[in-house]
Amino acid sequence: MNSIILQTATRFLMPLILVFSVVILLQGHNKPGGGFIGGLLAAAAFSLHALAFNPAETRASLRFDLRSIIAIGLLIALSAGLPALLTGQPLFTGLWHDVVVPGIGVVHLGTPLLFDLGVYFVVIGISVLMVLTLVED
Amino acid sequence: MSTLAVLPVILPLAAGAASVLLWKSLRVQRVVGVAATLALVIVSLLLFREVNREGIIVVHMGSWPSPIGISFVVDLFGSIMVVLAAITGAATAIYSVRGIDKRRQSFLYFPLLHILLMGVCGAFLTGDIFNLYVWFEVLLMSSFVLLALGNERDQLEGAIKYVTINLMSSALFLTAIGILYGTFGTLDMADLSRKIAATQNTGIVTTLSMLFLIAFGIKAAIFPLFFWLPASYHTPPFAVSAIFAGLLTKVGVYAIIRVFTLLFPIDPGFTRPLMLFLAAMTMLTGVLGAASQMEFRRVLSFHIISQIGYMLLGLALATPLALAGSVFYIMHHIIVKANLFFIAGLAERIRGTSDLKAIGPVSVYARSPLVAILFFIPAMSLAGIPPLSGFFAKLVLVRAGLEIGEWAIIAVALVVSILTLYSMTKIWAEAFWKGPARREDEAESDNKDAVPPSMLLPVATLAAITVAVGLFAGPIFDIASRAAAQLLDKEGYVRAVLGDEAMQEEESP
Amino acid sequence: MQILIAIIVGGIFACAIYMILRRSIVKLIIGLALLGHAANLLIFSAGGLSKAHPALVRPGSTSPPEPYADPLPQALILTAIVISFGVLAFMMVLVSRAYNAVGNDDTDEFVNTER
Repeated sequence: MNSIILQTATRFLMPLILVFSVVILLQGHNKPGGGFIGGLLAAAAFSLHALAFNPAETRASLRFDLRSIIAIGLLIALSAGLPALLTGQPLFTGLWHDVVVPGIGVVHLGTPLLFDLGVYFVVIGISVLMVLTLVED
Repeated sequence: MSTLAVLPVILPLAAGAASVLLWKSLRVQRVVGVAATLALVIVSLLLFREVNREGIIVVHMGSWPSPIGISFVVDLFGSIMVVLAAITGAATAIYSVRGIDKRRQSFLYFPLLHILLMGVCGAFLTGDIFNLYVWFEVLLMSSFVLLALGNERDQLEGAIKYVTINLMSSALFLTAIGILYGTFGTLDMADLSRKIAATQNTGIVTTLSMLFLIAFGIKAAIFPLFFWLPASYHTPPFAVSAIFAGLLTKVGVYAIIRVFTLLFPIDPGFTRPLMLFLAAMTMLTGVLGAASQMEFRRVLSFHIISQIGYMLLGLALATPLALAGSVFYIMHHIIVKANLFFIAGLAERIRGTSDLKAIGPVSVYARSPLVAILFFIPAMSLAGIPPLSGFFAKLVLVRAGLEIGEWAIIAVALVVSILTLYSMTKIWAEAFWKGPARREDEAESDNKDAVPPSMLLPVATLAAITVAVGLFAGPIFDIASRAAAQLLDKEGYVRAVLGDEAMQEEESP
Repeated sequence: MQILIAIIVGGIFACAIYMILRRSIVKLIIGLALLGHAANLLIFSAGGLSKAHPALVRPGSTSPPEPYADPLPQALILTAIVISFGVLAFMMVLVSRAYNAVGNDDTDEFVNTER
């Protein structure tokens, strides 16, 4: 597709969708949202890019190979389960820690967030991979 | 201890993720593939030793106690299955290094293999029925991709059939879970076992048990739900066929055995005659289908079906001895079946075809006596010739059947056994024996160095295991019968998962 | 309400089976998608249909406001949707590849594996 309207709109929409996907990812623990939905939103942004421009440019704009994104996501998600093992608790026991971030205040951080982050990357990787495979066919 | 129970899932996941990350280097993927599966064998053996010594191990994921959270429950049967899965996985990984072409390997073959193993191990370890569904989907997803990897026309056709029928089965499974949750309000298998035993509503229990039987029956390829298997298993590369043949239908059998011992114990009035009939028909149709085929892997595919009948037979009889026979049969079958598919691959490499008639003119034996002998061992074991593993597996089942006087089914089992021998001698005669012992004409398709040592090693190891299982049938049968006793001891399972208070709660009101 | 949902679930199941039994592989995908929806709707209704609050605990309290809906069926459905999403996406790629290889979307042409 080669529509100047879609291309221009995509340039503005894509950063917005990506930021929104991160917001959805972060609010996931206590409100509707989470890694899967956030990941799908981000994947939607990249799919839009692939439709407006072309799949090759989308691959280039991702900077990382999709396979690496999936792998990193899997490893992050897995690593969320491991700290519990080190402290002698069963796998995936949620561990929480309050971190003081200068300028923002106290942030309540835990391993479930790490798991969501992993899911986020896996979902982006797999969805975009499938969309691009179909578009390139 | 709790770490050991989750390692069979974590290890393949980590290995899979690591080898996706290193997608650029095939060599690293191969090394990781072999190393991780060998490590899995060690872990699974340690887990088995632990369960054997300490009894059922329960791990509550995320420290949420049952029945609220998801638990991994490892009993003897589950841990035996994990050991078998790990052995098959390691053999496949080693065989694949040379047995899978570079193009497929570069399309993430090894990561998919790891994820498949993760799904299989997860299914064997989990104590939550919805979690079982999730593990099924994990292993199915990777099996879909493995089956279609390569994009050849036959593969795509086989894959469409395979995917469709498996999605139907998953939808049925999901439906059954929905009704189960709606009725009993829990998904933890131990808790379900307790609640189902206490319920008065036998109508819904029977309906549910049949839904599960169909859903798992499709995956296990029992009569009359097996048609997808011979239509798809001969299409992918041999290593993929082998791990599918060894493990995937057996996950279905495992699920049937788990569900029909823990949740819906065999009812001599209804489920037993039904299952005996299904077992007999599965054995018969499988072996007759095999008799009509002349393609190496299609013959073997039909034999998977007939063997599933034997495992179902043991469950249907539901005596401790019969169930021990089933467990023993699974142990024997996974090793032998995977090995036969590996050998079919070797024969194809040597002769360039896997059509038995086309192999015939120059026998494999003339080319490589070693491969022929390596075929002979699992083939005779499958047919039930002493002193190999298959003989003892069948012997136990036959004795169990005679003990409770189910003569008809035993007659069927023995006839099927003879027909299996016929099939195996057919392959032997056509592919390995027929034709001049010394080749006079140089067939162009023949490839002298077709069989690298890295492909012979797993075949020889599995053959050695078959012989060993036959030679040490006593101690191994002892393990199988303890696993069967544990399967029949529902209270023990429930107590291990929910704790002693749950049982007292049950008794006091 | 329960009966209405039951009829809808049955209807979707019937449509799904009908579509799967058609000869076109494109309709096969639609049938499989419907099959997943039917199963999900069934789980949803199996959890009990009621007008209730979402099971979210407000700040300051320790339990969600009564009456609250059982969140587990929703979690199950979400998981099942995620899985069927992945499987269907894969099926789509598979069908397009198979269509290119066979040159026809009629399942009767898929005869190579029946030899």
